[in-house]
Amino acid sequence: MSTIPEEEYIVKCTSACAGCSSSLCLRYVLKAAGPDSVLVVPACCTSVIQGIYPGTAMNVPVYNIAFAAAAACASGMSEAFRALGRKTNVIAYAGDGGTADIGVQALSGALERGTDFLYICYDNEAYGNTGMQRSGATPLGARTTTTPGGKPTAKKDLDRIVEAHNPPYMATACSAYPLDLYKKVKKALSIPGPKFIHILAPCPPGWRYPTEKTVEMGKLAVKTGTWILYEREYGRLTINGPSKTAMRRPAPLEDYIKGQGRFKNLSPEILDRMRQQIERNVQRLAREEAGAC
Amino acid sequence: MLTIATGNKAVAAAVKAARPGVVAAYPITPQTEIVEQIAEYVTDGDLESRYIPVESEHSAMAACIGASVTGVRTFTATSSHGLLYMHEMVHWAAGARLPVVMANVNRALGPGWNTWAEHTDAFSQRDTGWLQVFVGTVQEAYDATLMAFKIAEDERVLLPVMVNLDGFSLSHITQALDTVDIGDFLPPCHLPHAIDTENPLGYGPMTGPADYFRFRWDIERSMRDARGVIAEVEGEFCERFGRSYGPTEDYRCEDADVVVVAMGTLGKEAEVAIDRLRDEGIKAGSMRLRWFRPFPDLDLAGRDVVVIDRDYSFGFGGVVAHSIRSKAGVSPYSVIAGLGGQEVTYNDIADFVRDRCPGEETWFGVNDHV
Amino acid sequence: MYEIRIHSRGGQGGVTAAKLLALAAFRDGKYATACPFYGAERRGAPVVSFVRIDGEPIKIYSQIHEPDLVIVLDTSIMDVVDVLQGLKAGGTVLLNSAHPITGCNGASLHVDLTGIALAENLVVAGSPILNTPVLGALAKMGVVTLPSAEQAIREMFADERNVKAARVAYEELKA
Ligand SMILES: Cc1ncc(C[n+]2csc(CCOP(=O)(O)OP(=O)(O)O)c2C)c(N)n1
Ligand code: SF4
Ligand SMILES: [Mg+2]
Repeated sequence: MSTIPEEEYIVKCTSACAGCSSSLCLRYVLKAAGPDSVLVVPACCTSVIQGIYPGTAMNVPVYNIAFAAAAACASGMSEAFRALGRKTNVIAYAGDGGTADIGVQALSGALERGTDFLYICYDNEAYGNTGMQRSGATPLGARTTTTPGGKPTAKKDLDRIVEAHNPPYMATACSAYPLDLYKKVKKALSIPGPKFIHILAPCPPGWRYPTEKTVEMGKLAVKTGTWILYEREYGRLTINGPSKTAMRRPAPLEDYIKGQGRFKNLSPEILDRMRQQIERNVQRLAREEAGAC
Repeated sequence: MLTIATGNKAVAAAVKAARPGVVAAYPITPQTEIVEQIAEYVTDGDLESRYIPVESEHSAMAACIGASVTGVRTFTATSSHGLLYMHEMVHWAAGARLPVVMANVNRALGPGWNTWAEHTDAFSQRDTGWLQVFVGTVQEAYDATLMAFKIAEDERVLLPVMVNLDGFSLSHITQALDTVDIGDFLPPCHLPHAIDTENPLGYGPMTGPADYFRFRWDIERSMRDARGVIAEVEGEFCERFGRSYGPTEDYRCEDADVVVVAMGTLGKEAEVAIDRLRDEGIKAGSMRLRWFRPFPDLDLAGRDVVVIDRDYSFGFGGVVAHSIRSKAGVSPYSVIAGLGGQEVTYNDIADFVRDRCPGEETWFGVNDHV
Repeated sequence: MYEIRIHSRGGQGGVTAAKLLALAAFRDGKYATACPFYGAERRGAPVVSFVRIDGEPIKIYSQIHEPDLVIVLDTSIMDVVDVLQGLKAGGTVLLNSAHPITGCNGASLHVDLTGIALAENLVVAGSPILNTPVLGALAKMGVVTLPSAEQAIREMFADERNVKAARVAYEELKA
């Protein structure tokens, strides 16, 4: 990790839960972005993690905005900075609910307009701030407080929604691979126009695993092929290292499932559907990368 | 059955008893416990409802509208930013004359994220055509939610009802709760203008000024009729279940020289202040305003009135104080207190009475009389 | 009116302890309210809960500023929070601790709730459950009766070990 700068932009202790990976991701995002950056944050865990007034844990300006409005607010901010002749990075840092559910309209608009900004969705697969209700990004079978019997429908494929807007750069990342995340943020910010990064961010209280297993959970998500690390530059797909291996020789899905309380008592039928989903995803991306679609 | 519950759980229990066909749900602090509890009821088979976990509050109310116009009983719950985000649909539900019932857990508005109690969220919807009731205890949250369905669905009303309870101070407090066997208190929902493929009608098409104007007058006429319906329903509720409610809850008001008017939990806390003041020989009473729309007639003439507003209309004044001024014809001492969950105790309320300056406004803890 | 303030950390069960206590008092035929005060912080941050018990209906919703009893479920909080603030003259402090703690004046009681929970293997997500044993201690102190404490626990938890832990705390507290 020698290339990652030592400067910290999350300076004081934050108010995140122990083992929170999304606050860790934010740390690497800001290291990559540097001081000439502004964060735009809708209602989410990060609204709390950044610190409580009059304190702040952050060393860059953080503009808090209503739940649905991150991408639209960031659009305005980006246009204004450009009008002022400034290159300041405008980075929306939003949860999966604020992105895939209530914020999807604003995100779509900003992408389509070609807004010069980076939108990062950290995905803990539920509404964390309000105590873990289902979101559109909650995976099939996961128990949340509004799906006490397990979610009956699949995770919304946010990346394909974003992809349909043909942004110049989009990528997936995972908190367990911080250097990969760091490089992707760097690259994204070097490209003009709308950029999108989707980070899988395991969450101990939400996924119900012991706090010290946060890195392991992220790695298992990737190794089982549940989460695939890739980049898409001007439409061209590159699958990244760890996922290349995982797609050829995936670890058993059970390794990922069994450590998480939210997947307790999964029926064999649901597990089967999960496997099929992974299989379909892997095949689709493999075919595309091989130029066979 | 006698038990204990939080304000949120009491609302959920009332919804279970009312058996809505469709519930639209979206989480927001401090309301979330309501939609979580209903999800559990539905999952466990204790409530046979279609539970729609929508992706935003705008969609929550839109889903309620779509469901309600088929004639099915509908419910949703929200708070603060959620209520504001659904604002367009809040107007729509009333304009479409749909008896949707919604619990709103009163909470302050950002920026400065703040999840504590304030009434500005509900008051920002006061001109939408919704009936609004504010409750002060866990029991009342349950009772008012049950009655809300009956009032909303009454053919003389056919307007949506919002049941308001204070964030945290009521939504999260645990108190005694007596749940009832509702029997036939709630007849099946009957919507005269329900969608019917046998009788195809257009709903809400382009409407010219003259017709539009008549429709608005119809809403107001129903609002006025609602007063009588509310009194009937509250009367029947008292007969069946033994708990009585009215447009206000009056406490030691009969011979009072000074009356405190407040809403929600501050209105209950005021009663403790009144007892203290009476002990000092001050003839004080309190009037907890329950119904805000339709706004009741209040008999306050000839006494000093202290109004506590947990809200504010910037550039104008406390919303309740101004309502009292125009509707009850008195010039109150207007106290702005409790915004964003500011701590206000019975001792503070007693001080408001002792230090009152009729006709003036003060912001508690921030300035003296201005 | 008897007013109790409970100090704990988010996730330690202080809020549930308050509810259980209110339920037990209610089963004793009294009026009771339990009210948590949440800050904006996440898990692990100090949380206070308030319980009021009275023979009359309780109309107070504001916080308890002058408690009769302060319960500290996690004594590490005492480094950051003045748990004795506003304690009535003659008021009591109940600490979750195997040993007495110096600096806690007045009538300070202690019982090792964590040890009791661990001995009964009452652990959820790695944390010992403190809210059911503490009810036994409160019964010993006469805040509620032991039968009501046990009934309240049974109404909220299916696992009998919770009742057992409460009984152990009842025995162990030297009131
Ligand atoms: C309009 C509106 N509705 C609901 C809320 C309540 N709310 C705040 S954050 C949140 C969930 C956020 O979930 P997500 O975007 O996944 O971020 P996370 O909390 O998981 O980090 C909700 C429902 C709100 N603030 N505004
Ligand atoms: S709920 Fe999850 S995402 Fe939110 S702060 Fe806690 S660990 Fe992080
Ligand atoms: Mg989330």
